[in-house]
Amino acid sequence: MNINDIIKPENLVYAKPRLLNDNHMHYCPGCSHGVVHKLIAEVIEEMGMEDKTVGIAPVGCAVFAYNYVDIDWVEAAHGRAPAVATGVKRLNPENLVFTYQGDGDLSAIGTCETIHAANRGENIAIIFINNGIYGMTGGQMAPTTLEGMKTSTTPYGRSVDLNGYPLAISPLLAQLDGTCYVTRQAVHTPVAVRKTKAAIRQAFENSMNGLGTSLVEIVSTCNSGWKMTPAQSNKWMEENMFKKYPLGDIKNTVK
Amino acid sequence: MNEEVKLLKGNEAIALAAIRYGVDGYFGYPITPQSEILETLEAEMPWDTTGMVVLQAESEVAAINMVYGGAASGKAVMTSSSSPGISLKQEGVSYLAASELPALIVNVMRGGPGLGTIHPSQADYFQATKGGGHGDYHLIVLAPKTVQEMADFVYLGFDLAFKYRTPAMILADGIVGQMMEKVVLPPARPRRTKEQIAEQCPWAVTGKLASRKQNVVTSLELDTAKMEENNNRFQSTYRLIEQNEQRYEEYLTDDAEYLFVAFGSMARICQKVIDDMRAQGIKVGLVRPITLWPFPAEVFDRLSQKVKGMLVVELNAGQMIEDVKLASQCRVPTYHFGRLGGIVPNLGEISDAFFKYFPDAKK
Repeated sequence: MNINDIIKPENLVYAKPRLLNDNHMHYCPGCSHGVVHKLIAEVIEEMGMEDKTVGIAPVGCAVFAYNYVDIDWVEAAHGRAPAVATGVKRLNPENLVFTYQGDGDLSAIGTCETIHAANRGENIAIIFINNGIYGMTGGQMAPTTLEGMKTSTTPYGRSVDLNGYPLAISPLLAQLDGTCYVTRQAVHTPVAVRKTKAAIRQAFENSMNGLGTSLVEIVSTCNSGWKMTPAQSNKWMEENMFKKYPLGDIKNTVK
Repeated sequence: MNEEVKLLKGNEAIALAAIRYGVDGYFGYPITPQSEILETLEAEMPWDTTGMVVLQAESEVAAINMVYGGAASGKAVMTSSSSPGISLKQEGVSYLAASELPALIVNVMRGGPGLGTIHPSQADYFQATKGGGHGDYHLIVLAPKTVQEMADFVYLGFDLAFKYRTPAMILADGIVGQMMEKVVLPPARPRRTKEQIAEQCPWAVTGKLASRKQNVVTSLELDTAKMEENNNRFQSTYRLIEQNEQRYEEYLTDDAEYLFVAFGSMARICQKVIDDMRAQGIKVGLVRPITLWPFPAEVFDRLSQKVKGMLVVELNAGQMIEDVKLASQCRVPTYHFGRLGGIVPNLGEISDAFFKYFPDAKK
């Protein structure tokens, strides 16, 4: 059979979502960001919410998320995305408003804004990429860095005596009355990718249904920061990150 | 709502004027001496009348970032605070300026530095007029001297902010915020419709319509050539504002041999000093900058060519005097008198200072 007999519209089984544009991503090969961007683009497209969606980009590797996902975006100051999202959503309740934040942005400098937006039950979705490290600034310790994990600011491994304990912020947010859905997912296998997509869809729908704040934590790899190959990173994540940050729903009041 | 006469505190006037202007959102955090702004808005419940959103944020930092989000969507949004809280907001103010977003920030100044005092001050002049946050930027800074101007400058501040796509600040001192006066509240304007916002703010994030490209509100640009281009654009806006928007008030300057220079509440105290000195036959006048940025350089350039000296009276250690000297090119002796720590000088102190520096004025 000739290849050109196969490449026909009626044989199409998969395509890049229309809202993911053709710009070359700056993310490292193996990074989880690209997959999560694609899922967000797919969900918005499938919900038919392109003309209603405003994304809030963080400071961190995903600072340029607006270069890849073809929707309206606001680029927030470091950690302030939930406050920026509050402003957009309160004044434009008809919009689908989500933040996209890393662990430094959300669980270090932005802890206050995150907790209070969630506690007010802002009708926003928070996509939280937890890879246990600061990627963009060159691999420094994050609040979520595991004990003993080497980073450029914990070159001999994170010491609890010196740096305190790894912070699991999702269970903390699940305790707040303002959150309706808190889940922890990953994108290292096809099954995990599908589950994450469903979680993002639910979070987005919750926010449009006025149910409160939804948080989708995505335990992710940073192979550059971790100094591993992509394959090693996935394995290391399963063996180490998942112990501290186990996958699954932490809170779901919607089911 | 038609025009209405009321007896109000300066802070209350700001709140009521905001509702009447058709402001879409206010985000604030309590701090003395400006908490009446948030309190009045919450009591008025404008969400039931005009649809205005009022929210008490968890911090000044969060409040200014809520303003950033609201402004990015093309809405008329504001916040208010007092000196220590304004310091906290500076990161967000810099982002607003860099993202060319209109917004109104009110600072009802109290004495600093640090936690300082809750008593009135004008010590944030440098912070307000020279930037405040990081990077090369300016705010349009309006300095009210009456409760009436507290109300009027909400309208003016927003109009200018939207005209030039830049944040504006009302820089009031604690006296104007706390004192009560008769005020004529301006007629109400309806909040802008979605269509009006789309027309006036084509850059706003509203959800990407099929008819346009994505809108991105950001202050980030890693390409240095483009970042310089952005900065040059900001600077040309500032030059335009300097050209068009210098505002000031002159009081008895026509035949004045000496000038008092003061802004906000200090201008009113100086006016009384001037009346008393005029009664003794001493030819003094006042220039009151209304826009602290753009600084009304023109009037000082003009008057400094005919007066013998100037006394700049401020509730700080000498801040606006630097701009007065620059604008007048140091043509005449120019001195400063100020009280610090929240103390407001009385008439005698000011005239004593004047005669100390200008003993010849008595002759």
